[in-house]
Amino acid sequence: MNRPSSTTNIRKVITASSLGTMIEWYDFYIFGMLAKTISTQFFPEGNPTAALLSTLAIFAAGFIVRPFGALVFGRLGDLIGRKYTFLLTLILMGGSTFLIGCVPSYATIGIAAPILVLLLRLLQGLALGGEYGGAATYVAEHSPANKRGYYTSWIQTTATLGLFVALGIILLVKSNMSDAAFNAEWGGWRYPFWISIVLVGVSIYIRMKMSESPMFSKLKAEGKTSANPLKESFRNKANFKMVLLALFGAVMGQGVIWYTGQFYAQSFLENTCKVDFEQSRTLMLIAIAFATPFFILWGWLSDKIGRKWIMMVGMALAIFTYRPIFQTFLDDTKYEVPESISPKNLDIQTSLLSGTQDSLLVSTSNYILPDGKKFQTKQTDTVFYNSGQLSIGKINIINKVLPKATYWKFVGLIFLMILYVTMVYGPIAAFLVEMFPTKIRYTSMSLPYHIGNGVFGGLVPFIGLLLSTTYKADPLVGLWYPIGVAVLCLVIGTLYLRNKIDRNIKD
Amino acid sequence: MNAFKRYFGLLFLFIAPFVIFELVNGAIKNIDPAGTKDINNPIIWIIIIAIFTPIAIGLVIFGWYAFKGEYDHLPQKSKDL
Repeated sequence: MNRPSSTTNIRKVITASSLGTMIEWYDFYIFGMLAKTISTQFFPEGNPTAALLSTLAIFAAGFIVRPFGALVFGRLGDLIGRKYTFLLTLILMGGSTFLIGCVPSYATIGIAAPILVLLLRLLQGLALGGEYGGAATYVAEHSPANKRGYYTSWIQTTATLGLFVALGIILLVKSNMSDAAFNAEWGGWRYPFWISIVLVGVSIYIRMKMSESPMFSKLKAEGKTSANPLKESFRNKANFKMVLLALFGAVMGQGVIWYTGQFYAQSFLENTCKVDFEQSRTLMLIAIAFATPFFILWGWLSDKIGRKWIMMVGMALAIFTYRPIFQTFLDDTKYEVPESISPKNLDIQTSLLSGTQDSLLVSTSNYILPDGKKFQTKQTDTVFYNSGQLSIGKINIINKVLPKATYWKFVGLIFLMILYVTMVYGPIAAFLVEMFPTKIRYTSMSLPYHIGNGVFGGLVPFIGLLLSTTYKADPLVGLWYPIGVAVLCLVIGTLYLRNKIDRNIKD
Repeated sequence: MNAFKRYFGLLFLFIAPFVIFELVNGAIKNIDPAGTKDINNPIIWIIIIAIFTPIAIGLVIFGWYAFKGEYDHLPQKSKDL
């Protein structure tokens, strides 16, 4: 009963756990990726209640509900078992995702629409908070001691693969219909939500067939499970010290590196560098596809040389190279309108400036340069009705298409940042599992994980915006937040963590 | 090495209140009912400060434990926890 599982069995365990966790990440990401369309459908501008609900849906789900879900489901997982708990989180996540895709728009049912979407989004956050700890614990407790890092690293690929699948499915749906059809009330944007129910159904079927973790089963049979996992995790000083060490010495740095490499980079390319929508996504997809196997490599290596230094080197590399990498993005997308080349086509649209009789002239031009660069310029001029004067607006360069060489250079740089993600994230499941005893493992590892990722990682865009609004002279100032958190984590991790692999996690 | 661990504990004791001070300061400067950006929205600031305060208290406790030498030796077995 308590022997490490056979190779065939462990493969089934990994497949069942990883598939479900990947689907949960997919479910969580599609909401964020479709936020623009969702906000027009459910949270219309100009309605303060809808705006408040929108804010709560975006921020509360990630920052408050995820750690809360870690506590609720972590406790449950340590009381009734890993298998049924992470089955429950999967059902909760799949059901909420599918139902978000079924909620009629604000135009049809009014304020009930944003309220329903908010509630379902909070359920998504709650489920996500409970899923990861269960899956990582379940796989680790089935793994032999010398392959724990390798086997749990498959769970570590799921967050990135979930992002990959979400990006891919949205791109696929969007490329097969017009923008109007995609953004319509019952349009294509709902398909990724509906697809989820099929994926979740398959995953539930597979998970139902799995047996409980052997270590938890043994504890239960011996009557040694925890009576109050929350109290034993956080009110027992010795264990609470390890929870704090896990958070400040490993997970908070990992969280910011994960978000900077996989979200902030894409948002920076799209919003700051103004790279074309499709290119900014395809280069992410390619970089993710090439980098994902490295999760497994670092997990495997951590079984040989320990977990600590792989994570610390990943953090150090990120700290020293983030600014040069993002500076390259800025330099290589500094396009200028050439005087010698005429635009391919010119489109001018006029409209009245709201509340006045002044007119707005919006001119859009397309350029193709000999070196392969393509872009659009957009200029908004104002004609004043009373004086007849024309105020010339600033020319903005948008939808920049990168030449082939620059495109592949960017793929390489994104790959490098995701490689750092694989270094800090690949060994962390085994590292967390080994820190805590079986009877309170699910609870103890889930909370620092979701604070590190949900709060520290999730705040990367907000703090980035805060810094760039306050210190306008430096376009890269937003990077100081992930760099600062990673430096603090690197110092704490280097000084206080040990590199020893805990071979015996049965106690 | 243990002396380093203890001195750094003091540093963490000071970093945590500084972070909260900066967040409150940021909120006061940026909350603007007429603004349209996320950083002008008071609800977001309330959520962030509410969630960061216990984390900062956690960092203070971590710094205090480190200063007192509680991290000089980590537990070797689960029985030590």
